[in-house]
Amino acid sequence: MVLEKVIKIVAEHLEMDESKITAETTLADLGVDSLDTVEILMEMEDEFGITIDPGDVHVEKVGELADYIASVMDK
Amino acid sequence: MLNGKTAVITGASRGIGAAVAEKFAHLGANVAIIYQANTDKAEDVCRRARDLGAEAEIYKCDVSDFDECKKTVAEVIGRFGKIDILVNNAGITRDNLIAMMSEDDFNKVVGTNLGGCFNMIKACSRNFIRNKGGRIINIASVSALLGLAGQSNYAASKAGIIALTKTAAREFAAKNICVNAIAPGFITTDMTESLSADEIVGRIPLKRLGRPEDVANLAAFLADEASGYITGETIRIDGGLAI
Repeated sequence: MVLEKVIKIVAEHLEMDESKITAETTLADLGVDSLDTVEILMEMEDEFGITIDPGDVHVEKVGELADYIASVMDK
Repeated sequence: MLNGKTAVITGASRGIGAAVAEKFAHLGANVAIIYQANTDKAEDVCRRARDLGAEAEIYKCDVSDFDECKKTVAEVIGRFGKIDILVNNAGITRDNLIAMMSEDDFNKVVGTNLGGCFNMIKACSRNFIRNKGGRIINIASVSALLGLAGQSNYAASKAGIIALTKTAAREFAAKNICVNAIAPGFITTDMTESLSADEIVGRIPLKRLGRPEDVANLAAFLADEASGYITGETIRIDGGLAI
């Protein structure tokens, strides 16, 4: 399940408890800055074996990020 | 010392870039020699770097081409595993007074010098973020500080490099990546060959032109752990020309 893995990566990156993050949590709520976003996306690339252009990613919520990752994997 | 480090140097087939490649090789770094045109000269630099015990390769790349930079950086990482130091040295001149300068001469110089610097930093940025460290050294020019007549394109491109250096230094600071610029004055290279040395020397407090090795020594310092608290800075190396 992509969402679970995305939550795990985000939680590990921010060194926080996974249970505090849901699909509805926004990246802003988590205090993710733009450099964090780049790093998290790079970790997603490694985890899912995909290539992401950070300039293409326009998401606010963790669930939207998971949907985006899933859409790239389907390509 | 730069033992075990991998350095990418653009414009490394001659002049300052070649001197930097050899200096870094001498200090124990492996070097990726990026050049645009002169394969023979790039191979000479490569051979000298290998004679100094370094692993060295040459890569033909037009730094003004974003995709070429991306491809070249991927090849370098494929060969050496990582990049620790990026030296953006590639630069061209198309000197003329503004009244005489063509739009193409302006765009070409800015596209190669400033655009090339951005392209290479962008292409290497993930590598540096992933490694949580690195050094970026951009070769600017005193022309950017003095606004030398006949160099509107070159001076603007180099001033842009100084601004890009400051921005990149802030953006990458959290990842322990230091970004600095070097502003050389008149250095004896092919680029300054056509200039009248006597007339220029008269304006330089230290009364001599600089050598590529002078600049290479400064680049070596900025690449070394010893300079790890310097970022976003532009250091003149010009014999006092722009004091």
